[in-house]
Amino acid sequence: MTTATTTRATILRQHLIDPEICIRCNTCEETCPVDAISHDSRNYVVNVDKCKFCYNCISPCPTGAIDNWRHVQAETAYPLAEQLLWDTLPQQVALEDSAPAAAGSSSAVLPDEVERIAAASTSGQGGVAPPPWSAAHPYINLYSIQKPAVANVSGNFRLTAEDASSDIRHIVLDFGNASFPVLEGQTIGILPPGLDAAGRPHHVRLYSVASPRDGERPRYNNLSLTVKRVTADHEGAPVRGVASNFLCDLKKGDKVNVVGPYGTSFLMPNHPGSNLLMICTGTGSAPMRAMTERRRRKSIPSEDGKLMLFFGARTPGELPYFGPLTRLPKEFVDINLAFSRVPEQPRQYVQDLIRARGDDVAHLLRDENTYLYLCGLKGMETGVDGAFSDICGRHGLDWKSLRTELLQQGRYHVETY
Amino acid sequence: MSIDYNQKIPNNVNLSENKTLQRALEHWQPEFINWWKDMGPDDSQNFDVYLRTAVSVDPGGWAHFDYVKMPDYRWGIFLNPAEAERKVNFGAHKGEAAWQEVPGEYRSNLRRLIVTQGDTEPASVEQQRHLGLTCPSLYDMRNLFQVNVEEGRHLWAMVYLLHAYFGRDGREEAEALLERRSGDADNPRILGAFNESTPDWLSFFMFTYFTDRDGKYQLCSLAESGFDPLARTCKFMLTEEAHHMFVGESGVGRVIQRTCEVMNQLKTDDVAKIRAQGVIDLPTIQRYLNFHFSVTMDLFGADVSSNAATFYNTGLKGRYEETKQDDDHQLSDASYPVLEVGDGKLLTVQAPYLNALNERLRDDYVRDAVAGIERWNKVIQKAGIPFILSAPHKAFNRKIGPLSAAKISPAGKVLSEAEWTHHHLQWLPSIEDRAFVSSLMGRVAEPGKYANWIAPPARGINNQPIDFEYVRFN
Repeated sequence: MTTATTTRATILRQHLIDPEICIRCNTCEETCPVDAISHDSRNYVVNVDKCKFCYNCISPCPTGAIDNWRHVQAETAYPLAEQLLWDTLPQQVALEDSAPAAAGSSSAVLPDEVERIAAASTSGQGGVAPPPWSAAHPYINLYSIQKPAVANVSGNFRLTAEDASSDIRHIVLDFGNASFPVLEGQTIGILPPGLDAAGRPHHVRLYSVASPRDGERPRYNNLSLTVKRVTADHEGAPVRGVASNFLCDLKKGDKVNVVGPYGTSFLMPNHPGSNLLMICTGTGSAPMRAMTERRRRKSIPSEDGKLMLFFGARTPGELPYFGPLTRLPKEFVDINLAFSRVPEQPRQYVQDLIRARGDDVAHLLRDENTYLYLCGLKGMETGVDGAFSDICGRHGLDWKSLRTELLQQGRYHVETY
Repeated sequence: MSIDYNQKIPNNVNLSENKTLQRALEHWQPEFINWWKDMGPDDSQNFDVYLRTAVSVDPGGWAHFDYVKMPDYRWGIFLNPAEAERKVNFGAHKGEAAWQEVPGEYRSNLRRLIVTQGDTEPASVEQQRHLGLTCPSLYDMRNLFQVNVEEGRHLWAMVYLLHAYFGRDGREEAEALLERRSGDADNPRILGAFNESTPDWLSFFMFTYFTDRDGKYQLCSLAESGFDPLARTCKFMLTEEAHHMFVGESGVGRVIQRTCEVMNQLKTDDVAKIRAQGVIDLPTIQRYLNFHFSVTMDLFGADVSSNAATFYNTGLKGRYEETKQDDDHQLSDASYPVLEVGDGKLLTVQAPYLNALNERLRDDYVRDAVAGIERWNKVIQKAGIPFILSAPHKAFNRKIGPLSAAKISPAGKVLSEAEWTHHHLQWLPSIEDRAFVSSLMGRVAEPGKYANWIAPPARGINNQPIDFEYVRFN
């Protein structure tokens, strides 16, 4: 794998502005928080050394000129002087390892839309953090959109109660003879069949793997996903999620096009004594289940650290894996469930429980072997951050600096949507 | 900085905490809506338009797209987030903390700046109100309406400042902004260019390219203001203004592209043959360009102006990209070149920099405007046609300042009255030119269809396809 590693280190996704479409309105330069964008009387250009992929400049651009990307070898990235002379954007140059990945060979070049989703989901922590030092080496991008893997559905079970308002499902995909290695915390991409209203193929949708690395069923070549049927958008307006409905309606034996795997950051530590502090809502439980399951299967109690889980849902009936979770031994995992819509009970959110368990949480935060994972709806970030801040304040810690330290050490991972 | 849309007037300035101001603006709001219904886009109040609305002022939130009926558009008050410990960055007060209230001694000048800027916003809506009836496509119609509602919002931005900081005078000025009418002989808009009519879509594209770009430069200099609420207001307006220039630049580009296609099909540059195919010949486009460029030159004001000096020296209005300039930001001893007519030709003379600030802004503008003309030339060049569009001299066809007394050709040559009379129709659109362009205007309102005289855009709005139903008629 030396070649792949070298390639991974040297291929960049360079942000560029299309000079043919750009109208030099200066909005991007004004918006960029790190001054990566500058201009002369001819072109607006992006400094490859400064751009942090925050995407703040994308939506204010009135023309779409800002939304251009080229994969380049780091040493031959387009310098500013060259960009300033362009009349048109150069074509994507074929890189040695960037041709559509043949099954089984790895490429470091991720599809644009996958990069976009990954960037949005980690924006809460200020971009992708390094993985834990003891994480296993992940395989990524083995299957491209041009050459997806085809998986067989070997199971589709409803996880939420029949009367619950949400339909969350546990879907098991079998890869037959194809190699599809994943680690806990990684995601895979699903390509829904058919075309959208504009006649284009649907975008890829990413799902966290809910099973550990040895499969949902050990020694079989399979993995599981936790999928919620989307029937409304973030504002509550009715909308039929293309991929989630496709997945939730799958029957045993159906075929699914899968791309990936993706993710080199949200991975679990593997060294003895490492603690996992996991906070999730709804289907954000998928990676937590994978990690918990991994620890449960290889459990050597003397070696393993503590597992603490904060899990939020509207009601017990809507909490995926509620039954199996409550049967796990207390000494194995410290589970805290928050329900926000149980009739006649005060609304409780994960941050309330984190505060209530402040002493134990602070104890874990002080331990340099503790790794934090946050996964679920974007809205939870602020509340959880506030809870950590309070707890730290009460226990003589400074959350702001601790958080920076955790991020730098690959000990804090956020994936929200 | 999320915007509170539960309020009658969406805002991010905690309007509900200032009841007096809230009441005053709620009193102005129905007058604004009445003005919109009277003077806003003609015969289109019931259309569902695919518009962009800001839901917050941070990068993620201000471009939210949905179908909206224009009178229901959520006009409101949005300021960019405050910059901690911002300073006055130029003039006599350089280095002092930026003002959060109006300094008493500068009150009337500041009000004048705000009223002048504010007056252009409803004026352009009035100028463009009939264009929806002759749109070349649903895509263009939507872009027109987006420009219109955002000009309406810019009026709100200025009216907020008048109401919040100028008391009774401010409220009266805010009412007067709804009373003046573009082109009205008795009660016209303040600036000349905003009393010209925008009779056809080529004029509209030229206007949004050239004249809205003046808006950009004015807003950029006001965004440097020592009066912090004005600076923050203008910063956010600039984000919206970008769309207007996009409409202009891409609009003219598409007209040129279509003309070049027809010229290549016919293998001719014969104006009559080109016009017979229902597209606009390149010389006519050059004449429209000359007209709009020169009218916009006047918007920057007199070449040597004591007002400009005062506005700068008192910290009210800076230069374009003031903080990026490498000088003392006070300019008391510096000079700047301006033009004068002497000896039958244009002479460059040095004027005190402070007095020449209008000229400085005009020069910044010209550099920017010329760059876009070069893009249009690339379209012509790509089609292999030997024709070059160019910006006229900045002294050409001026109506304001000392240069207005002289007759100057697009190349910058001083002409006699007789020479001007003889040649000017080669340089400015004639009645026949305008009549011809008007004759092409007819509404095309089927998704994906584009009028014969304009090429479809390269891409749609918000990544929608170009045959998207950007406007739904009800």
